[in-house]
Amino acid sequence: MSLEPVSQRTQPVFLRNVRFGFGGRVIQDEMTFTIEDGEFVAVLGPNGAGKTTLLKLLLGLIRCEAGEVMVFGRKPRRGNSGIGYAPQFRTLDANFAVRARDLVGFGLDGHRFGPGFPSRKRRKLIDEVLEEVHATEYAEASVGELSGGERQRLSLAQVLIANPGLVLLDEPLTNLDIAGAQEIITLVSRLCASRKVAVMLVTHDINPLLPHVDRVLYLANGRCAIGPPQTVITRETLSVLYNHPVEVVEAMGKKFVLGVET
Amino acid sequence: MLRELFSSDIMVHAFTGGAIVAVVAGAVGYFVVLRAQAFAAEAFTDIGFAGATGAALLGVASFAGMIVFSLLAAAGLGIIGNRARGRDVEIGMVLSFALGLGVLFLSIYSRTSASHAMSGINILFGSILTISSNDILLALGSCATALAALALLHRPLLFASVDPAGAEARGVPVRAISAAFLAIVALTTAGCVLLVGVLLAASLLIAPAAAAVNLTNRPGQAIALSMATAVGVTWCGLVLTFTGTIRHLPAGFYISALAALVYGASLVLRKRLRRVRVFEYPHGDRETG
Repeated sequence: MSLEPVSQRTQPVFLRNVRFGFGGRVIQDEMTFTIEDGEFVAVLGPNGAGKTTLLKLLLGLIRCEAGEVMVFGRKPRRGNSGIGYAPQFRTLDANFAVRARDLVGFGLDGHRFGPGFPSRKRRKLIDEVLEEVHATEYAEASVGELSGGERQRLSLAQVLIANPGLVLLDEPLTNLDIAGAQEIITLVSRLCASRKVAVMLVTHDINPLLPHVDRVLYLANGRCAIGPPQTVITRETLSVLYNHPVEVVEAMGKKFVLGVET
Repeated sequence: MLRELFSSDIMVHAFTGGAIVAVVAGAVGYFVVLRAQAFAAEAFTDIGFAGATGAALLGVASFAGMIVFSLLAAAGLGIIGNRARGRDVEIGMVLSFALGLGVLFLSIYSRTSASHAMSGINILFGSILTISSNDILLALGSCATALAALALLHRPLLFASVDPAGAEARGVPVRAISAAFLAIVALTTAGCVLLVGVLLAASLLIAPAAAAVNLTNRPGQAIALSMATAVGVTWCGLVLTFTGTIRHLPAGFYISALAALVYGASLVLRKRLRRVRVFEYPHGDRETG
């Protein structure tokens, strides 16, 4: 559990002794960690451990019950354009009525009121971010024609076009096959480095992420542990976290946590 | 023959009134179709019927009654919640109750005189031929308001209609937008009643937009196409009403029949368009998953 003393707290994420819950139940207590610019952090833990709720806390959609939360040195607030958030359950309606580029454009000005006319500048911005996520070839295709991996890239592009400093991705790898998941991970990791954007990626399976993430935030049993994968995903750390003997087995370069539901 | 047609006030009124309503119905209809709210829109027309007959009974302008009733209903649906999608049971209940109220008001009202009975029929099936300049001003007012509100809201509305979770994440007030849109639908259906009556309002609100969505995946293009189709269908319907061999068939019939025809044609065209698009697609290096 790494915890550096902090002086200015202008990091993308700063939490100290935070307690939050959902529906009257405390999910996490004494949560303390920071995330630096350009850091790629995987958020792991069993169902109900508070992974999505943590993201909602950072987005200002819920409040903490105790402690201090800072996002870029300010209290979390709704509609914070410094954060890009790709929610987990995304049902796209009227799939054939919009193109890939329309979906990405929503991230730029979809929240703005007023008439708003298309401009060359807007088009250029959309083209650039489509290029960045390798989605140029299907820019004009209807969203309904695209595969899960292709849509996930658009989701990423929609978030990136607003130039956030912190990106929260809630389970972007579900429903993707191994190759598809690998492509998204490589893309995110590259964007993390090139844009100096901090990324928190919620996932159930750490293995495809192991070579790419800087740190792992593991939530379980009302507590959390954060650090590089080789120090967090160990028998010692996880047994303390779960308060229950846990075994971590390594095979074929992958880690498997045994003895608990992950 | 067309010049002869436009020499009469009745025709000029019918064509201008029709165009005003059709333009707005085409634009609003696009979002109704995207949000799969055709049934809710249908319910609004029946609520408008109850409002119109109720107003007639009280001796108030039926148009005012429609607007009040349907705005109340929009507020109610907004409170019930999220976008009224998949709320068939609630909508069905409200719809049939509103229709029942309308029938009650109409039967009381039409007992008093034969002309009253006729005005009830006009509310149901439209009265494009008896449209007055006053009616046109009313329709223009409600339609212009609806169109202005739509222009103001169209970006968050489109975002929230296609990608509600994404919109919510970006800070779009999804529920408020949803309620505001229902109010826009209420104003629009009130306008449609002048032209084709409550029972056929759906033909202008839904068919042109649904046809446009079948033909293009560009939102701007689809809205323009939907508006143009709605105006085209309305004007063609009016021309047929006045020049058809069997004269004086109701405009509502021609307009709804043409609307259905256009939609049917769009279905056939869509199959072709999509087939072409899929074949053009470079399948080789696409990942699936």
